[in-house]
This record gives sequence, C-alpha cells and structure tokens, in this order.
Amino acid sequence: MANHSEFPLWEVFIRSHGGLNHKHAGSLHAADAQMALEHARDVYTRRMEGVSIWVVPSAAITASDPADTDPFFEPAKDKIYRHPTFYDIPEGLKHM
Amino acid sequence: MSTQVSLEERFQARIDAEQKIEPKDWMPEAYRKTLIRQISQHAHSEVVGMLPEGNWITRAPSLRRKVALLAKVQDEAGHGLYLYSAAETLGISREELYNELLSGKAKYSSIFNYPTLTWADMGAVGWLVDGAAIMNQVALCKCSYGPYARAMVRVCKEESFHQRQGFEILLTLSKGTPEQRAMCQDAINRWWWPSMMMFGPNDSDSPHSAQSMRWKIKRYSNDTLRQKFVDMAAEQIRVLNMTLPDPDLRWNEERGHYDFGPIDWNEFNEVLKGNGPCNRERLAARRKAWEEGAWVREAAMAHAAKRQQQSVQSH
Amino acid sequence: MRDFLLLLADNTQILGHRLGEWCGHGPELEIDMAMTNLALDLVGQSRNYYQYLAELEGKGRTEDDLAYLRDAREFRNCLLVEQPNGDFARTVARNFLFDSWHFFFLQALCNSNDERLAAIAAKSLKEVTYHLRWSSEWVIRLGDGTEESHRRIQDAFDHLWTYRGELLTPAPFETEAASAGYGVDLHSIKPLTEDKLADILYQATLRRPEDGWMQSGGKTGRHSEHLGYLLAEMQYVQRAYPNSVW
Repeated sequence: MANHSEFPLWEVFIRSHGGLNHKHAGSLHAADAQMALEHARDVYTRRMEGVSIWVVPSAAITASDPADTDPFFEPAKDKIYRHPTFYDIPEGLKHM
Repeated sequence: MSTQVSLEERFQARIDAEQKIEPKDWMPEAYRKTLIRQISQHAHSEVVGMLPEGNWITRAPSLRRKVALLAKVQDEAGHGLYLYSAAETLGISREELYNELLSGKAKYSSIFNYPTLTWADMGAVGWLVDGAAIMNQVALCKCSYGPYARAMVRVCKEESFHQRQGFEILLTLSKGTPEQRAMCQDAINRWWWPSMMMFGPNDSDSPHSAQSMRWKIKRYSNDTLRQKFVDMAAEQIRVLNMTLPDPDLRWNEERGHYDFGPIDWNEFNEVLKGNGPCNRERLAARRKAWEEGAWVREAAMAHAAKRQQQSVQSH
Repeated sequence: MRDFLLLLADNTQILGHRLGEWCGHGPELEIDMAMTNLALDLVGQSRNYYQYLAELEGKGRTEDDLAYLRDAREFRNCLLVEQPNGDFARTVARNFLFDSWHFFFLQALCNSNDERLAAIAAKSLKEVTYHLRWSSEWVIRLGDGTEESHRRIQDAFDHLWTYRGELLTPAPFETEAASAGYGVDLHSIKPLTEDKLADILYQATLRRPEDGWMQSGGKTGRHSEHLGYLLAEMQYVQRAYPNSVW
C-alpha cells in the first residue's frame, strides 16, 4: 500500500444551468486532469446536476486565513455607501 | 495555557451561536479526532454497506429492480466518497483511512455484518436500514462541522429514493404469493433488531455522547432517534400487513410514543467485536478490492507522470 | 427483426450484467462508480430493445419475460460480452473491443429505416460515445503505465482477440436486416473500427494480436460455458418463483 499510488485530490466546480456561476460541489481523487473531469461527471452529475464542470487540483487553491477574518472582511462592513439603500430618492421615482 | 483556554471558550461560543466550523479554523484536538473517527466510520459504513446489497445485483428479479439497485449501491459509493472527502479536510488522507478500515482498527456500522439471504432483504434493508440511517443523517445535516454538514445535505438528498425503493419492494412482496409474503415477513424479522441497534447503545451507556452533543457533532441522543424510528416503522408496517418481531410493541398514549421490548446488547457487542455472521467476509472483500486495485492505481499514476513529463518537454 | 433486436438487447444486457458484477469491488471508489454508470447505460439500452421487441410480438410478453425466461441457447449476444470480468485489464480490454465496434455500429444504426430503432440508436450513441472514451483512455493508461499494467492489458487483448471476429461477421439475420434497410452493413463499419483500434493500441504502446482463428456462435445461440452460469444467477429468482410479480 505504497503512498505514491494514491491519486491526488481535486476540487470540483459545477455550473448547474446556463447563465449561473460554477459552484463548488465537492472533491474527488484522480490521477490526472482528464480523469478528474470524468470522475466528476460520474460522481457529481448523476442526477443532471450540471452543464459544465471545472476541476482544480486541491493543492493549487490558495485560501484566506481565518486569522485574517477581521482585516480582510471587517473593513467592508461600514462602507454602506456601496449599497443602493444608502441613497435617498423621492418616493414615486420609477425605474431606479 | 490561558490562550488555550480562551481559544476553547471562543470555539465553544461559536458552536453555541450555531456558527459552522470550517477546515482552517482553530479547533480543539479532541474535536478534530472525534470528527475524524465519526466521519470515517460513517464513510466506511457506506463503502462496506455496498456489499450486502451488491450481493443481489446479479440476481435482481426484474430489469427495473436491477437498475434501481445498481443506482442505489452506486449512490453508497458516492456517499462514502463525499464522507471521505469531508474527513480529508481534517488533515488525514483517504489512504490512511482505508488502512485503518482494512487493518480492522476502524469500525463501521455493525448492521452490514448481517447476511442478505433473499430478495426480500433488499426491501428490508432499504426500508429499515436506510430508514434508520436517514434518521441519523438528517440530524447530521445541522452538525457544527461545515464539510460534514454539507456532505450530509447531499447524502440526504440522494438517499430519499433509497427508502422508498426498499418499501416498494416489500409492498410488492406483501401483495404477492404466499411464498413472497413469507419471504417478506422473514426479512423484516431478521432486520428489525439489528436496525434498532444501529442507533447505538442506550444514552446511559454511550460514552462519547455528552461531549459530542456539546460540540453539536451529534444533535439528538441515540434513544431519541431510536424512538423516532420505532414510531415511524410501527405505523408503516401496517401498510405492509406484516408484523414487527417485538411482542412488547404497543402504543403508549401517555408518552405519545410506541413502547418496545429490550434490545439484545450482548448480540450487538459480539458483532461489534467481529463475531457477526459476515464480519470476516466483508473485510476480506474490501481488502481484495483494494489490493487487486493497487496495480491499476499505480499504472494510472505512472501514466499521468509520463504525460506530465512529455508536456514539460514539449514546451 | 426478432433475432436482430435480440442481438442488440442481449449484447447490452449481458455486458451490463458483467459490469454490474464490479459494483462494490472496483480498484477505487471513483472507478467503481464509473463502471456502474456504464452498467446502468447498457442495461437501460437493453430494456429499450426488449420493450420494442415485446411490443412487436404483441403476445403480452414483457421485457422481463424476454430477459429472464429464455435459455442460454436462445440468447443472441456475441461471445465477447459474456466472457468473465477477470482482472481490471481484462474488463477494460473486453469493453474497449466492444465499444470500438458498438460506437460505429450505432452510428450506422441511426440511419435505420425503422424509426424506433433509429431513435434508440441515437439515444444510445450519446452514452456509448462516453463508453468508448472511457475504455480507450484506460487502455492507454494501462498500456503506457507500468510494466505490470502493460503486461496485463496485453495479455487481456491476446486472450480476448479470438472473440473479436464475431462482432464483424454477420449472422444470416444481420445480412437480412442490412439488406432490408433496418440493420447495419458490418462491412461498412469494419474500416472505422479497425482505425480506432489501431490508433488506441498505438497510443497504448500495445501490440495488435495476430488475427488467428476466430470463435463464433453466440449470435446463433451456441455460447461459451460462461453464459449458462451467468443466466443461472440472473434468472434464479424468476425461475424459482414462477408467475410472481417483483
């Protein structure tokens, strides 16, 4: 049971309908990208869940560190002027 | 030391606030270990669970039943895969998990150490074993560990046809010839008590339960889920015109639940120790598949490496 | 028409059954699931043919009567598909030999003058396009993988080669089907399947076995010993409890 024969891990992203984003569906093991794509088809689209698949080696993903949560995401909280409800418009104004 | 305490306090506070824990978040070592143990046991159960039902794929009595059973057993492979992936986010590889299973160190659900003797067993397994599993799994969709909860959501979605498939098999048999009805009752008799044991020991004898409840890895106690299962089955059995093999089973108006007889925990413990009717066969089958697959996996890796080499050279 | 439909139905049923035997025993979970998908496609295809035949007969028989209540001598499938799974290499080689024929056969069958057959062929072709890709890639991986995998897949082709001839040699009912316009002229697909075979074997660094004596007989009901056991298992419940609903 040598370690070198273990297939590497891949992350699978699936577009469920035309026009939607690819969304993370799960992971799987495969020897290469082609196999990963086919395994993704066989594992994650058995019930018509998708129209397009991306596979990415798990090792290629760089994730934000939970320790950075505050500096990363806190500063967006008080920038309420980025949201439409920040602005007052007269009642009855249409199509805005 | 004090930072450790505050980390643990903050961790517990997040859990109490129903926030999900994600792979890179800080977590107590014991939480990680408990999860690895539980998720991998769950994964092993799915994969070993393919065997008793796989046993009837080639003998399924109609083409419709054959494709349904194939699809169901395939789903179990998928569920094992989702669960192994969830365990892998905790820093252990699938191969390590397999090795624990194949060496006999890791446990899996004891129910799969019982044999499937007739076609009716496909019905009883679907109705009772999947029925019991679903009780557990629905509860786990709300578990505190994100990847586990998400895997369970997917599993529950797919699982919904499994129990129906089983019930339909039994219903068909229950309306059939005298032999078919006998086959149906016999399968229910054999699978009822082992299914009851699937929820684990009584709460008073369940060593890990309290901590798991605090961590919200477990949301309901063994006995609570078992009672829910009995209440469900006691009603559904009437549709089948069959009986559950428990003379003590009766509605308790006061409790608003069905009462049921004592479980033979001695049998449970023996099966757990490896003395069930099929423990050895199940592990041997998994070992054989894994060992005989080794050269295939090596070949695929070797080929992928060659391809990689070629594409590097051609650039 | 009856024998021709049985050929298509039995080929897919028996190969699907063999692939179903792998379920739970594959070399890795993902591969296990892939093989079950192949099995499901094939059994699904066979049901389409059996159902069509049952309708044509008009005797009130069902797809299950056709699958479960005929004896081995009445099965029309090629010898290749009933061969045991063996190791993974044997299964891959068997599937590839079948797929690389099946794909071109279905392409041609899409032009059948029988609308129902053409429609079944068109639907099946989508599935079989994937089957051919799956088995081709595995032939290449195993052939150009390790020394052991190369040896195993070469052995598998050497062993199964004798069953290949039957795929491309028409039985009398196939010749009749082709000339009536609802079947397939096997001579026309021969060069296509030969090219595919040569291409994949080349990529896999495998040697094409010699075309020696070719076994035949499956299409007319003279099978290998393996089919009897396969059917004994497959048909057991239906035979043991006749006239029951399952």
